[in-house]
Amino acid sequence: MNLTLTPAATTPMKPTQNAADPIAKAPGPTQPMGVGQGYLSVQNYNFWYGSNQTLFDISMEIPEKQVTALIGPSGCGKSTLLRNFNRMNDLIDNIRHSGDIKIAGHTIYDPLIEVTSLRKRVGMVFQKSNPFPKSIYENVIYGLRVSGKTNKADLDIAVEKGLRAAALWDEAKDRLNQSALGLSGGQMQRLCIARAIAVEPEVILMDEPCSALDPIATGKIEELILELKKQFTVVIVTHNMQQAGRCSDRTAFFYLGKLIEYDTTVTIFTNPHQKQTEDYITGRFG
Amino acid sequence: MNASHQNRPLKPARVTGEAQVWLTAMGLSIGLIMVVGLLAIILINGIEVFWPKRIVELTMKDGDKTISIAGEIVIERDKPIKTDETVEREIQLFTGNKDVYGQGFRFIDEKDVVSRSQPAGVLKVERMEYGNAIGMPVSLKLKGGEVIPATDPRFNHRLQELIDEVTDRRNEILYLEQSVIGANARRMTDLGYQRKSAESSNDQAAIAEIDAEVATLQADFEILRTKALELRARQKDHQLVLKLFTGEERTLIMGDLVKVTWSNELSLIGRVGLTFSHLWSFMVEKPREANTEGGIWPAIFGTFVMTILMSIAVTPFGVVAAIYLREYAKQGPIVRIVRIAVNNLAGVPSIVFGVFGLGFFVYIMGGTIDSLFFSDKGATPTFGTGGILWASLTLALMTVPVVIVATEESVAAVPRGAKEGSLALGASKWQTIQRVVLPAAIPGILTGLILAMARGAGEVAPLMLVGVVKLAPSLPIDGIYPFFHLDQKFMHLGFHIYDLGFQSPDSEAAKPMVFATTFFLILLVMALNLGAIVLRDRIRRRFATSAF
Ligand SMILES: Nc1ncnc2c1ncn2[C@@H]1O[C@H](COP(=O)(O)OP(=O)(O)OP(=O)(O)O)[C@@H](O)[C@H]1O
Ligand SMILES: [Mg+2]
Repeated sequence: MNLTLTPAATTPMKPTQNAADPIAKAPGPTQPMGVGQGYLSVQNYNFWYGSNQTLFDISMEIPEKQVTALIGPSGCGKSTLLRNFNRMNDLIDNIRHSGDIKIAGHTIYDPLIEVTSLRKRVGMVFQKSNPFPKSIYENVIYGLRVSGKTNKADLDIAVEKGLRAAALWDEAKDRLNQSALGLSGGQMQRLCIARAIAVEPEVILMDEPCSALDPIATGKIEELILELKKQFTVVIVTHNMQQAGRCSDRTAFFYLGKLIEYDTTVTIFTNPHQKQTEDYITGRFG
Repeated sequence: MNASHQNRPLKPARVTGEAQVWLTAMGLSIGLIMVVGLLAIILINGIEVFWPKRIVELTMKDGDKTISIAGEIVIERDKPIKTDETVEREIQLFTGNKDVYGQGFRFIDEKDVVSRSQPAGVLKVERMEYGNAIGMPVSLKLKGGEVIPATDPRFNHRLQELIDEVTDRRNEILYLEQSVIGANARRMTDLGYQRKSAESSNDQAAIAEIDAEVATLQADFEILRTKALELRARQKDHQLVLKLFTGEERTLIMGDLVKVTWSNELSLIGRVGLTFSHLWSFMVEKPREANTEGGIWPAIFGTFVMTILMSIAVTPFGVVAAIYLREYAKQGPIVRIVRIAVNNLAGVPSIVFGVFGLGFFVYIMGGTIDSLFFSDKGATPTFGTGGILWASLTLALMTVPVVIVATEESVAAVPRGAKEGSLALGASKWQTIQRVVLPAAIPGILTGLILAMARGAGEVAPLMLVGVVKLAPSLPIDGIYPFFHLDQKFMHLGFHIYDLGFQSPDSEAAKPMVFATTFFLILLVMALNLGAIVLRDRIRRRFATSAF
């Protein structure tokens, strides 16, 4: 392999050594948590697509109102884990799991609980922005509409709140009734974030939310993520090491469906305990 | 490293195209030519019916005598049976005057014809019965005994006036007899049934009440009947005398006349105008004379109403079935078998659906409805016989596979991102289908509906079993309570074509009508499809910039 091709060089961001700066500004190291103490708690979790096991004995505690980044090479199961937090994988036939995932102490697999109510607590933003072919207004309140909310005044407030929280209000306030499909890619992705926020979830899952965006739009979303963690617990999947470094408090490194290392972002980026983690972070992987 | 590439020759673009392109283009062209050719034949033959032709007088030698006959030349052609090597030609002449000659068309050998001319002043008269009359006008015999000869300058104007007068009166009679007296008669029949059930329950008060109403209805009926008879008598007030080219003189009762045309005096503009006027009356009038005269409005309307009813039935049915198959059913061998079965259903001969419709809808469902709700009518079936509702449902059943397949495909084409976006916001599966999947699938569903309508509107065989008739007394929707008569038998363009072409007593007279009716059937199907296409495009435009 060509040695000059590090992951850092493939992005327009500064090389690795400068990435340490934002990490230094991150809040002080979070103490390792005991089983069940995180807001989201993954316990001895295995997952199979048909007969293919994709996740192997994952245990991790995701703390409340912090940003947790999931990193790892392609195909290592980051998306699979993320999509299990809101049971999005239920749509796929022939899936199976063992172990448990708990949110605020309750299992998400409780047969007495509607999966829709879990998804209202655990929102999701996708890699490819997917606004509905409706007006911006209708997009933001979609989640409220399906929950049966019809009071116009409440909805108006929710739209403004959601768009402000997603830093889209100034750009969209004059065109709320225009189609969301007329927005730019970055605006669409922020609209999808606004849409997720409007439901007032507790957790927001993001699967490579910036991979289709230019650096400026990416910057805006990263700022937004830092803003969001004041209210929400955020789990983000990213391939961008700088992004993980800038935005997250904790980072989990996955490899081939196994959780290799999970610690504060500072530790992972400055003092990883596993050789594999270090190799991946520094781009010497594989 | 680049140097080696520089002198590599570039392949020149082909100018003539490739064999595959020619082959595929040829397939399309053959299809197109056939479609265009078919439409052109129908269009030309269909429109020609309405083009006013000149009336030609043919003079022939018959021994020492010369006889002459007049009419419109339909066709001149080689005789189909050749007696020897020489080719003989013959002329088909539309002579009209079926009441006199016994037939409206006649073949004349070209060799017998001595001379041809276009006589001035010849009159073509459209009548309620016996088709057209063609002859030279002689005079108008008015009621008081006054006679206006054709040479009188007032003649033409007066004739037109009288035609307008009898047309108005005819409409009045029709309204009186069909709507007013018809309603009266229906009420009387209903009262008859009510009286019977009152008798059986021995409800004297009710019987008395019914009898009283019957008496007033009876009185009303007498008044109306006299009025109608009076009007009918007045239709016979005036007469038109025509002299035929064969010599006979005929007196036509004014009330029988529909329209008069001075065929040989028409200008080009006049002929074009008349073509449109003929087209129009063909479209809006009821058929006469075993369907060979008059218009096809009941058939157009019947086909339209049936197709709309069918669409109303088939769309929800097909869409829910497709949604279950695609969104809810667990994909596996069973679903695959169901899907194959649905596709095969589209290949079942339509007459089989007709038989099924007759057995299931008409006899079982209709019979049950009759015994539950219309038992007071005794043995007279209401829904237990063919009708527009059963016909529509039969066709809906026949076309449902098309809608299912189209819907399934368009539902499957809805991007996963859209569905997941909705589900991730806490929407249930049904909410997602309702708010995301269906709106995005509507264009595809409409495509299915367009195909279904095209197939349904043109179908004939099953309809003969479940409610189509050659002549329906009234339309399925009219001004008479309850306005929408789902149980009514109806006319249908497809069946009309069959009836005209193959069941008509006068096939020569019917031939042009077959083309004209086909023309209108195609026009109707196109209009319905165009409606659906416009709707689809409007919906599609809303999703056009969709960035899923
Ligand atoms: N719907 C599915 N059915 C079967 N196997 C799947 C499905 N989705 C993912 N997989 C498999 O599961 C494994 C993990 O996939 P996953 O999408 O979680 O990887 P990832 O870490 O998100 O990768 P990337 O960084 O490329 O997005 C892969 O081997 C993939 O092939
Ligand atoms: Mg992924």
